[in-house]
Amino acid sequence: MVLSGNDKTNVKGVFSKIGGHAEEYGAEALERMFATYPQTKTYFPHFDVAPGSAQVKAHGKKVAAALVEAANHIDDIATALSKLSDLHAQKLRVDPVNFKLLGQCFLVVVAIHNPSVLTPEVHASLDKFLCAVGNVLTAKYR
Amino acid sequence: MTLTQAEKAAVVTIWAKVATQADAIGAESLERLFFSYPQTKTYFPHFDLSQGSTQLRGHGSKVMNAIGEAVKNIDDIRGALAKLSELHAYILRVDPVNFKLLSHCILCSVAARYPNDFTPEVHAAWDKFLSSVSSVLTEKYR
Repeated sequence: MVLSGNDKTNVKGVFSKIGGHAEEYGAEALERMFATYPQTKTYFPHFDVAPGSAQVKAHGKKVAAALVEAANHIDDIATALSKLSDLHAQKLRVDPVNFKLLGQCFLVVVAIHNPSVLTPEVHASLDKFLCAVGNVLTAKYR
Repeated sequence: MTLTQAEKAAVVTIWAKVATQADAIGAESLERLFFSYPQTKTYFPHFDLSQGSTQLRGHGSKVMNAIGEAVKNIDDIRGALAKLSELHAYILRVDPVNFKLLSHCILCSVAARYPNDFTPEVHAAWDKFLSSVSSVLTEKYR
């Protein structure tokens, strides 16, 4: 799947509208994912996964930072996230299906806080982008 | 996801054997698909799907020919299957999940016929290869 010129413009537009809120969105996306898909909690036995937990907030920041990095290097996400890709392949080994779940939750959070931004076209572009990020992070699994 | 040299070699080696029974394996894979996953029959309202039907054989041949093309051009599957990719994107629009199902059935048919060759490494190589083919065929959907 390839991001078109429009897709890239749309994605960059979303992230510039989100601006500094990206970190909160990351945390909220994780909270929603843990609530809606409890099986995802198994990857965080060492965390306090209750809503509002400091660890979830901190982790949300990390996730958001990676997404922002990918959006800023949208022409070569694979290179931008190469280290993260190695990390997921060799250490974290998160089952690929979970990337879709977190992506979904992130979309929901963006939609809730920026309803007018997420037109159908922008929604599709952001979804493609999140899929592309998921693909990069699982590309080295085997 | 990229195929290593060893994986490409494994795919090509097994293909040499598979090619001798390609039509039969193609037809059998489709039969297995329709039997285990009846919902896939909805894409073929115009077919006689009974065992041994001419249409099933014909279609099995088409599928295996395409796979053969991909094997021959294993360094550029995207180029080799560009037209098929467009066909699936603009006309057939088979839900991507079904490619996993058919790939699985093909693996079963090949494993059943070549049990000694289907080592874990060969299995993994073929699974990656069929995943690549499936990715190419669904990458122009949006």
